[in-house]
Amino acid sequence: MGKLTGIEVSIACSEAVTLCDVDVIAAYPITPQTHIVEHLSEQVAEGHLDAEYIKVESEHSAMSCCVGSSAAGARTFTSTCSQGLALMHEIVMIASGLRLPIVMAVATRTLSAPLSIWGDQSDVMSERDSGWITIFAENGQEVFDLTVQSFRIAEDERVLFPVMLCLDGFHLSHVIEPIELESKEDVQAWLPPYKAKYRLDPDNVLSMGAFAMPDYFSEIKKQQNEALRGTLPVIKEVFKDFGDRFGRYYEPVTRYQTEEAETIIVMAGAFAGTARLAVDTMRAAGKKVGLVTIKVFRPFPFEEITEALAGAKTAVVIDRALSVAGPGGPMASEIRSALYHEQKKPAVVSMVGGLSGRDVFQEQFIELVERAEACVASGKIPQYEMFGVRE
Amino acid sequence: MEQIFVPRVLPVKEYFAPGHRGCQGCGPALAFRHMLKALGPRTILANATGCSEIISSPYPLTSWRIPWIHVAFENAAAVASGIESAYKVMMRKGKIPQERVNFVGMAGDGGTGDIGLQALSGALERGHDMIYVCYDNEAYMNTGIQRSGLTPFGASTTTSPAGKISKGQPTWKKDMPAIAAAHHIPYVATACASYPLDLYEKFAKAAKIEGPKYIHILAPCPTGWRCGSDETVEIGRAAVESGIFNLFEITNGKKTLSLKVPERRPVADYFKPQGRFRHLKEDDIAYIQKKVDEDYELLLSEVE
Ligand SMILES: Cc1ncc(C[n+]2csc(CCOP(=O)(O)OP(=O)(O)O)c2C)c(N)n1
Ligand code: SF4
Ligand SMILES: [Mg+2]
Repeated sequence: MGKLTGIEVSIACSEAVTLCDVDVIAAYPITPQTHIVEHLSEQVAEGHLDAEYIKVESEHSAMSCCVGSSAAGARTFTSTCSQGLALMHEIVMIASGLRLPIVMAVATRTLSAPLSIWGDQSDVMSERDSGWITIFAENGQEVFDLTVQSFRIAEDERVLFPVMLCLDGFHLSHVIEPIELESKEDVQAWLPPYKAKYRLDPDNVLSMGAFAMPDYFSEIKKQQNEALRGTLPVIKEVFKDFGDRFGRYYEPVTRYQTEEAETIIVMAGAFAGTARLAVDTMRAAGKKVGLVTIKVFRPFPFEEITEALAGAKTAVVIDRALSVAGPGGPMASEIRSALYHEQKKPAVVSMVGGLSGRDVFQEQFIELVERAEACVASGKIPQYEMFGVRE
Repeated sequence: MEQIFVPRVLPVKEYFAPGHRGCQGCGPALAFRHMLKALGPRTILANATGCSEIISSPYPLTSWRIPWIHVAFENAAAVASGIESAYKVMMRKGKIPQERVNFVGMAGDGGTGDIGLQALSGALERGHDMIYVCYDNEAYMNTGIQRSGLTPFGASTTTSPAGKISKGQPTWKKDMPAIAAAHHIPYVATACASYPLDLYEKFAKAAKIEGPKYIHILAPCPTGWRCGSDETVEIGRAAVESGIFNLFEITNGKKTLSLKVPERRPVADYFKPQGRFRHLKEDDIAYIQKKVDEDYELLLSEVE
């Protein structure tokens, strides 16, 4: 049993990174990720964490340093969001292609223009094809726990993929919550030191990052794809092992009140907390409404999602990201496509909102459910709708 | 320079393997070979995208007999920073044995002076114990001879073509060694693929110095410079002997000439075998000669 502490979520994330005895950190400040990297700088400055903190001149270099460091065999962490994530995009993809177990906390924030420092999930949604294991935390405890688990997942020899841990900017990064912090001994007993299978080592010469001609590229990509898809069982195993050790269990997809639910809200991240309250209110009023939260977004948990939604008539998918002039919110489009061939499936209603720090209140979730149900009842389901926006 | 019988002076062992896909007479390939002879097997190289990487690493083959990584075009300095930091902390924590390893970041003139300048500046400023190498073939060769900020004035490239109203590259060559030196790092040197012993000695020296080192190598490229593949070495020598490219070192701020040319050859000698300068008229060459003379005088006034 860890120590229950009132702590800002960003600080809890940094504490977790410290407990994981990270070797190298390379990061560049950007709101709302700043508290994470500031606290880590402090941890290194105070000697609590024996790491090399590379104070890079950009996020592009941050990820490049991480690639070099991880390729050399060091446990490596970075954190960013928004413009920073977009700037490092080129190297984000390479980190996955090179199969480097870097862990990156993303304090999710919107993308410019207009410039806005506030939170939504457009930054991570723009990275969804980059080949990273992508995990969404819902509250401070999850941020702490999932930070620790991210290293174990990434570094597992059956995985060797980087992990992006998403925590909603401000709504999670800047709130103080009671969080059970585990001890250094317990964390380090659970998380073995990283021993790289392949690394840049003069005693074992190898070349990394060769270029591929068309006669090899597709095979290499297919392997990467199959390998990333194949990480889901390992992720579940790590979640279970963590639960057995620390008493808090995680699943790739979490169901809340989904039994016999006619309508299910589907979403990821911190706003699910409010949605849960709305579900309680609706249930109390006799409405059969449930909630599915997506914790592991990559690899996409097809089975878990189709199973969780199979019994419902309506799935209202809430995206805090807009695919501009696309077929719907990014998550909704993927879920719709994942369900397409299923015999038993709900109608998928895509609702886009909560952009750039705009709150979504309990009553809005109730309205969204009503609106979605009305669409389905009328047979006129829009491709997607934006909600909570002034006309 | 003294007369030395080279095979007995340079280590026989090759770390840049034959069979790479460089063009015949590739100056950069020649430079890599001698660079690695000096640095030896305890060296890790982060290589930017460009000819160096493309000629040496077609999956599943590699020409590198040292640990080597390629990540992208503009970040070799950052990748090398990451490797160096990883080794530093892993040695400190006792995860790997303590030893001296050469960490090298390497890119072409484009990967160094244009798109990679920011990453390089960051790495030099942070003080990583690494050698950064710019092999300068004076254009983006890998993508088909497009101009870079280090393409010399007057050179015709595919994006600075000589034409009815163009004399080729309209700007003077960016002074990368001076930019590196402005970071007040312990060692900056220039070298040329045509002077293997000088190049070897500079790398051997850099390997012994702690902190960031910058070595800028002029490496003639027959394909891009439009000259014969048997003229690489001679053209590199003409560059140095004409003073259009000078060999020097800046050690802890002190600048010294590596090779004093008793009587400089005219730049026309250097231009003549190269198709990229073919369009230049006499007065264009005189205009360039004047600048080379001024720069050389300035250099002489700076050295001690
Ligand atoms: C971000 C990015 N922009 C452009 C390119 C295309 N590109 C690859 S190598 C190269 C030129 C390399 O020039 P230089 O660094 O001088 O090396 P060289 O090929 O001359 O050896 C370019 C433009 C790329 N790979 N990545
Ligand atoms: S184009 Fe020039 S630098 Fe590139 S491989 Fe050929 S000779 Fe070497
Ligand atoms: Mg070049």
